[in-house]
Amino acid sequence: MTSSLILSTVTFIYGIAGFLYIFAWVFRKPAAGRLGTGVALLGLAGNAAGFILRWVESYQLGFGRAPLSNLYESLIFYAFCITLVYLAVERRTANRTIGAFSMPLAFLAMAYASLSPNISDRIQPLIPALKSNWLIAHVVTCFVGYAAFAVAFGVSLMYLFKRQEPASAAGQMPPVETLDELTHQLVVFGFLFLSAGIITGAVWANSAWGRYWGWDPKETWSLITWFIYAALLHARLTRGWRGRRIAYLSVLGFSAVLFTYFGVNLLPGLHSYQSMGQ
Amino acid sequence: MTPPPASNGITDAIWKLFASIQLTIVLLLSLAATSVIGTLIPQNAEPAAYISAYGETLFRFFWVLGLFDMYHSWWFQVLMVMLAANVIICSAERISAQRRILLVRRPRFQAERFRNLPEREAFDDDRPPAALQSIYAPVFARTLRCVQVEQTEAGFLMFGETGRFTRFGVYAVHVSVVLLLIGGLIGSLFGFDGFVNIREGDTVEQITLRGAGERLRLPFAIRCNDFSVSFYETGAPKEFRSSLSLLENGREVLQKDIIVNDPLRYRGISIFQSSYGSVPSEEAVLSFTSQATGMIYNREVRIGAEIVLPENLGTFVLRELRPNAMFRGRSVGDAFVGVLAPPEGDPEEIILPVRFPTFDRMRRGAVVIAVDEFKERFYTGLQVNRDPGVWVVYTGFILMLIGCYVTFFMSHQQLCVEAVSRSAKTRVSVSGTANKNKPALTRRIKQISQALKESTSP
Repeated sequence: MTSSLILSTVTFIYGIAGFLYIFAWVFRKPAAGRLGTGVALLGLAGNAAGFILRWVESYQLGFGRAPLSNLYESLIFYAFCITLVYLAVERRTANRTIGAFSMPLAFLAMAYASLSPNISDRIQPLIPALKSNWLIAHVVTCFVGYAAFAVAFGVSLMYLFKRQEPASAAGQMPPVETLDELTHQLVVFGFLFLSAGIITGAVWANSAWGRYWGWDPKETWSLITWFIYAALLHARLTRGWRGRRIAYLSVLGFSAVLFTYFGVNLLPGLHSYQSMGQ
Repeated sequence: MTPPPASNGITDAIWKLFASIQLTIVLLLSLAATSVIGTLIPQNAEPAAYISAYGETLFRFFWVLGLFDMYHSWWFQVLMVMLAANVIICSAERISAQRRILLVRRPRFQAERFRNLPEREAFDDDRPPAALQSIYAPVFARTLRCVQVEQTEAGFLMFGETGRFTRFGVYAVHVSVVLLLIGGLIGSLFGFDGFVNIREGDTVEQITLRGAGERLRLPFAIRCNDFSVSFYETGAPKEFRSSLSLLENGREVLQKDIIVNDPLRYRGISIFQSSYGSVPSEEAVLSFTSQATGMIYNREVRIGAEIVLPENLGTFVLRELRPNAMFRGRSVGDAFVGVLAPPEGDPEEIILPVRFPTFDRMRRGAVVIAVDEFKERFYTGLQVNRDPGVWVVYTGFILMLIGCYVTFFMSHQQLCVEAVSRSAKTRVSVSGTANKNKPALTRRIKQISQALKESTSP
């Protein structure tokens, strides 16, 4: 498949972009950072092209469907969302150190999809449970939310790093107040999309399985994630919880995201089509 | 809403506790932490399975804590009710504290608040303040509400605000959380959740409820006219389709094919395609080969009905279809079991494995019996439920999304224009405050300032 080839290439492009951002940050070479932005944009374009081509290829195979139905496809889409959210943040903050903490995540998502022997990149037709108009709305909202949380996680790490060692390479990072505010904005954005993702999932579940909520592990873990980020948003209203604790909650929230995404497949439940082999 | 005036210490303390955001954070994190348990311990399984997995002692301990159905355990429900109470009381307190901003017809603007704000735009206008006032007023009113004008010694102050309603966004989210809980409660009190398997051609009126296992009679009967399953070339399932008819007093009132993701809804009850399986039919076509003449007789045989064989070979009764039948200690798969009674001698049990048509030849009897045709019938597995709370929950969903959007991305802005006469010109400055989203405020100030600059006499 051409799309798989393009997407494998994008993995390396994202890797190079991540490397350039880290290089620019550690060795204080702004030119490398600017190059990183260009490379990231190229990767984003390739990622989008691979995604669309995969969609087209599914039609050529005779069962056209959006490429959002298994682990491989969701990882591809996730990497796309992370890069998109990061580039938007870069545009707003005009600071490329965040790239050193965000682009590696996009690279890892892509690398996991392309290189893991457990993940098949074959284009399979949809099983009956996934044949629904809610599929696209549910997956897109969830992953846009997850992507915002991923970048928020990167920014929170920067915050914690800068609070710990303000004199070091952290000097080029935005001020801690900006990092704190950025974490909050990203979490706010992610929270809206996570809520929408859970809600579209619930409405879909109600039309497919006859109940909008069944405490299936995936559902429960998405709710756990929601609880953590809801706690974060409320914590900001309380004086003693600002700053460091917010950053810790953001890291905790992202671990919950990762478990919702990957860990739940180890538990029994209805979302098993997300599992490795499919 | 304020705390009850005649309250004693405890009520007061409880009210204070539930009015605190710290409690919200603690409750949210507790719900997150405890919810993990139910994803690690499989829920609602058989006690025997738990005992073999955790041992007797741990099983008892978990049982007491309700961990095998923990999302319905009393302590989890208490946490959720506490969250609801917290959300309601917190919101009431905050609305009460902000009522002078939220609920007044004419908000009070204080000039002092606006004079030293960092967000401002200023320009000079050639016209005197008195003329500007009447020109600015309609421009101001175009985007702002509650416009007020105050005269000063050297000119005037003009105030206005926009987006006050956005302060209610957060309460919409809080109300939505309460709606979700109420909707869930309505569903569990007045709804039901059951399942039923129906063989093709059969009609049922009763379903089995999940959990309790009780039977429930539906206000109509469901007939499964047909079930089909189709596969992709890869072997993966493509579609499960049940053709259903609903009957009231024996009369068909509705007919619909349902597939996964496209259920049937009738009189508040929803019917979903959830599983399928096959059941052996009660009939088989058997062939009887007479060893004496070589003639083959095909007979349709029903389980339990005796047939008389030609050529005076005796009688035959099909007793049952035995799954995984054994023959001399060996499994021969699914097999029909019948009894052949020859005219002379003792009746004999005959085993007819479905998979091995020539099996009966080994017996070397006067008649060789084989299974010629044997139809399996599908049954469709349906999920049948009623949830009158679902619309409350959906209202909560919509309210939550709108509330989140309004809370996070919109703001309440108050603007002030001050015109001060300075020699032949008038110095005009526009400033403003917002409860959040500073960039949007800066844009608004620029926009208003621009509009005022370009305004001309009416």
